[in-house]
Amino acid sequence: MSNYNNLKRRQFLINTAAFAASAAVPLGARGQPAGVKVGILHPVSGFLAYSGNLSRMGAQLAIDDINAAGGIASLGGAKLQAVLGDAQSKPEIGAAEVERLNGEGVSAIVGAYASAICFATTQAAAKYNIPHVVDVGVADQIVQRGLKNVFRFSPGYKLIAETAVNWLHLLNTLARRPASRVMIIHEESLFGTGTATLLSTELPQLGFKVVDVIKHANPTRDFNNIVLRIKAANPDIVIPANYYNEYALLVRTMKQQNVAPKAIYSVLGGAASSYKFVKEYADAANGVLDVNHWFNPKDKRAWALKARVDAMKDQFFTYEVFLNYQAVELLADAIERARSPKREDIMQALGESTWSKHFMPYGPTRFVDGQNQGAQPLMMQVLKNDIRVVFPNTYSEAEPVYPWKA
Amino acid sequence: MLELSVLFPSILNGLTTGAVYALIALGLTLVYGVLHIINFAHGAALMIALYGVYYLHERAGIDPYLSLPIMVPAMFAGGYLLYRFVIGKAGHGKDENILLVTLGISIFLENLALALWKSDTRSIETSYTFSTVAIGPAMIAVPKLVACAGALAAAAILLGVVHGTDLGRAIRACARERQGARLVGIDVAHVFAMSFGIGLACLGAAACFLLPAYYVNPQVGNGFVLIAFTIVVLGGMGSFAGALVGGLLIGVVESVCGLWLGESLGQIGIFVIFIAVLLFRPQGLFGAKT
Repeated sequence: MSNYNNLKRRQFLINTAAFAASAAVPLGARGQPAGVKVGILHPVSGFLAYSGNLSRMGAQLAIDDINAAGGIASLGGAKLQAVLGDAQSKPEIGAAEVERLNGEGVSAIVGAYASAICFATTQAAAKYNIPHVVDVGVADQIVQRGLKNVFRFSPGYKLIAETAVNWLHLLNTLARRPASRVMIIHEESLFGTGTATLLSTELPQLGFKVVDVIKHANPTRDFNNIVLRIKAANPDIVIPANYYNEYALLVRTMKQQNVAPKAIYSVLGGAASSYKFVKEYADAANGVLDVNHWFNPKDKRAWALKARVDAMKDQFFTYEVFLNYQAVELLADAIERARSPKREDIMQALGESTWSKHFMPYGPTRFVDGQNQGAQPLMMQVLKNDIRVVFPNTYSEAEPVYPWKA
Repeated sequence: MLELSVLFPSILNGLTTGAVYALIALGLTLVYGVLHIINFAHGAALMIALYGVYYLHERAGIDPYLSLPIMVPAMFAGGYLLYRFVIGKAGHGKDENILLVTLGISIFLENLALALWKSDTRSIETSYTFSTVAIGPAMIAVPKLVACAGALAAAAILLGVVHGTDLGRAIRACARERQGARLVGIDVAHVFAMSFGIGLACLGAAACFLLPAYYVNPQVGNGFVLIAFTIVVLGGMGSFAGALVGGLLIGVVESVCGLWLGESLGQIGIFVIFIAVLLFRPQGLFGAKT
C-alpha cells in the first residue's frame, strides 16, 4: 500500500516537473536561441596551474571567436557558454568536477590537460554520456577503454614516442652516428612513466643503449642529484619527459653543473615547444630538440592566433593554447552538424567528423575508437632564440643542428 | 656511481641543505626543551613564513635575504602572541592538551593557506637563483651556500642568546625546573612565550634562506617537520648541539641516499636512522640519559 502511494506521489512529482519545464522553456527561449553549455575543465590550480591556465585561455579564445562570428548557425546562432571547472591538478577532483558540470547541464566537455586527470574525467563523463574532447592527455589508455564519449584530436604518446625514436635514429644516422648512449628523465605520473616505458622499449630496437631511467616527483625543486647522476653516467643524449616547471629546472641545473650532452632530445613538453622557456632562459634553451604537438608552420591562421596571444600580457602561444583552441573548434563544428545541443547527437557528429579547417599538421579529421587518425607530432629545435620546425621536410622551417656544440 | 667527482658535490649539497634543516630543528628542540611540548604546528608556521617571504618579494619587491629583519621579528611576535593568548590558555597547564592545541593550529593554518592562496606551488626568481660557485670539482648554487652560512650564523646567535644572556639563563632555568624558576622570581609564562617566539623566529630566518632555492605551497611544512623531528630525536631531545650536528648529518644522508637509491627512495635513509636511533640510543647522540 505504502509502495503504491509512493509510486503515485513520485509519478505526480515527475509529471509536475515535466509540465513546469515545458511551460518554462518557451518563456525563456522566446527572445533568442538558448546557449549551448560547454564544460571547460582544466587543472588551473595546483602544480599544473601554469599549463591549466594556458589551456583554459586557449579554449576561451575559441569560444569568444565562435560567438563573435555568430555562434552555432544551425541552432539559430546559439552562443557557446563556457562552464569552467578546476581539477586542482588531481584526478579525483577532476572527476568530481565532471559531476558538477553534469549537474549544470553541459552538452560536452573539453579538457583536462594531464593524462592522469583525463583518464578520470573521461570515465566520469561516460557515466552521463557527455561527449568529452580530450585536449592534450597523451596516454593511450584514455582512448583504449571502449568509451564511446571520448574523442582525442591530438596524437597519443605511443605514436609520439615511436615517431620520436625513428626521427632520432634518422638524425643520428645522417650525422654518422655520433650518439648511442641515452638517459631518460621522467616525471612520476601516467604521462611521464608511460612515455619512458615506451621509449626504453623502442630505443634498443634501433641500436641505442638506455643507460639509466630516472623518475622524479612533482614538484621537484632540486635536480642536483639527478644531474650528478647524469654526469656520472655521461650519456650522449638526455631525453626528458616532464611538465614545464621541472623541465625548466632540470635543463637549467644541467647548464649550471656544466653537463652538456650531444643533444637534449625532449619527448613532449620541452623547451623547444615553449616560447616562455626560450624567452626566459635562452642560453639553456638553444639547441634543445623536442618532438611535441605543434601547429602547421605553413598555415597563416596559426601565426595570426599566435600574434593575438603574444599581444596579451605575460602569455605565450604554447601547445596548451592552440590544442584547446582547436578542440573547441572541432566541437563547435560537430554541434553545427548535429543541429542539436543534445549529448547523443553531438557524440554522433563527432564520431563522423571530417573537419579540416584546422591549422594542425593532421589532414582531415577521422576518428577511429575516439582517436583522430591523422594526428602527428613535429620535431622542433631552438635555434637563435626562436623555435623552428626541423622535421619532417613537409613542414620544416630550418635544418636541424645535430650534434649540438654548446 | 660512487666516483669522488659525484660523491663530493652530493655531500656538499647535503651539508648546505642540512644547515637549513638544523635551523628548523633548533626551533623545535628549543620549544621541546623548555616547554616540554612537541609543537606540531612547527611545519605550518614554516609554511606561513615562506608565504610571508614570497609575498614580500612578489608584492613589495623585497629580496628574500633583505626580508630577514622583517620576517624574524614578525615570526617572533606571532609566536609570542600565539603562546600567550592561545596555546598557554587552551593548554590549562597540561602537556597533552598543548599537544592537541598545536595540532589544531597546524590544521587550521594549512587550510587557511589553502583557502587564501590555493594549492599552487609557487617559487621566486632572483638574479642569483642559478649562479654557482666552484668548490673543488663541485658546483654549488649560491643560494644554498648563503642558506648554509646564514643558518649556521643564526644557530650561533641562538646559542649565544641561550648561554650568554639573562633571558637565556631564565630559559634554561625554566627548562630544568619551572617551579624553582618561579620561586626565584622568574615570570615563567613570559619565558615560555619568549621561547615559543624564538622557536618561530628561527623559522622566519629559515624561510628567508630557503625560498630562493625552494618553493612554497600549503603542504610544504609537512616534509620539513618530519625531518626536523628525526633530527631532534637523533641529536637528543632538547639538545642544541645535537640539533646542529643531526641536521647536517641528515642533510648528507638524504643527499647521498638520493644519489644512490634514486629520488623516490632517497628519503628512506632518514627514517632508517630515525628507527635505529630509537632502538639503540633512545636518548639521542647528545642527549643526557634520564
